[in-house]
Amino acid sequence: MARIKLAAPVLAALLVAATSSAAEESAPSQTMSRVYDTYCAQCHGLERNGKGVNTVALSVQPRDHSDPKGMGSLPREEMRSAIRDGGASVNKSSLMPAWNSVLTDQQIDQMIDYLHSVCHCGGSN
Amino acid sequence: MQRVTILLGALALLAPAAAAQAQTPPELQSQCGSCHALTKPENPTLDRLWTRKGPDLWYAGNKFNRDWLVKWLQKPTPIRPGGVLWFNHAKPGDPRDTLDTASVPVHPSVDAAAAAKFADALMSLKAPGLTDAPVSTEGASIMMGKLAFSKLRGCSSCHQDKPGEGGLSGPELYSARERLKPEYVYAYTKDPQKFDRYVWMPRTSLSEPDLQKLTAYIMSIGKGAN
Repeated sequence: MARIKLAAPVLAALLVAATSSAAEESAPSQTMSRVYDTYCAQCHGLERNGKGVNTVALSVQPRDHSDPKGMGSLPREEMRSAIRDGGASVNKSSLMPAWNSVLTDQQIDQMIDYLHSVCHCGGSN
Repeated sequence: MQRVTILLGALALLAPAAAAQAQTPPELQSQCGSCHALTKPENPTLDRLWTRKGPDLWYAGNKFNRDWLVKWLQKPTPIRPGGVLWFNHAKPGDPRDTLDTASVPVHPSVDAAAAAKFADALMSLKAPGLTDAPVSTEGASIMMGKLAFSKLRGCSSCHQDKPGEGGLSGPELYSARERLKPEYVYAYTKDPQKFDRYVWMPRTSLSEPDLQKLTAYIMSIGKGAN
């Protein structure tokens, strides 16, 4: 019984810690979701699946960010270059523009974290 | 005396903003101000793009041709297929997301006399330094501009240069020749973030010849050969 009494406050403390940690994590994730909707979804899709409204005019299919297989193998630095300097910087389509006039380096890093949460894959470093 | 000097200094700091606000014609403020920014937003944010109801007009005089404004205000037609923010009218789909164009609000129309009055007032909204440099596209290859627009620079990913041809998240450009000043087309293409830090058209590293070719092409669309 004493063990249960002791365990309850510990569990409560752990729960509080987990909740605040989730809240801290969700804040940038929510912000990045809005950033994605603004800048990326026009080509990469409302559901992050590469089927954005602009694909009607694209000669290449934008990357499906919900695909864990394709996303999981992407090195973080390659993702950073593609977002910051455009697709051509990583030998991909030049139709993916450079976003460094809009996004800061910190936002680009946060976006990479967000993309990993979208694909449910950790990505490689 | 010191207090007077400080007060005068403070007033001098406030004066430019007050003067800019005072320049907004009252009929614009009352009729257009609830949907359009008529003065440059002091603290632009990403959220502002999501909550505004219409495009910014604080540089309308730099941007539009008066004759087009007069015509358009009497018979408004959609310029942005998905409205001021395409996302708000987009639906997920297969093989691709689509726009619910029927849900895009229609701009109110006015009669000819009011249109002329509004056009004059809008043309008075100018931001010094935005598009001041005169642009000459003489000698720039329209054909190469078209190639840059459609293929090399990816403009057609977001913009239509013919009805039904091109991307949907940006304004159509097949009426740009009538609608826009070449100086604006050049300046906006060169640096969209100069007009809005958060707008979803990114700045691309276009060379001077590329800018001239693109401007020449956009200003030629619908002109005989195109």
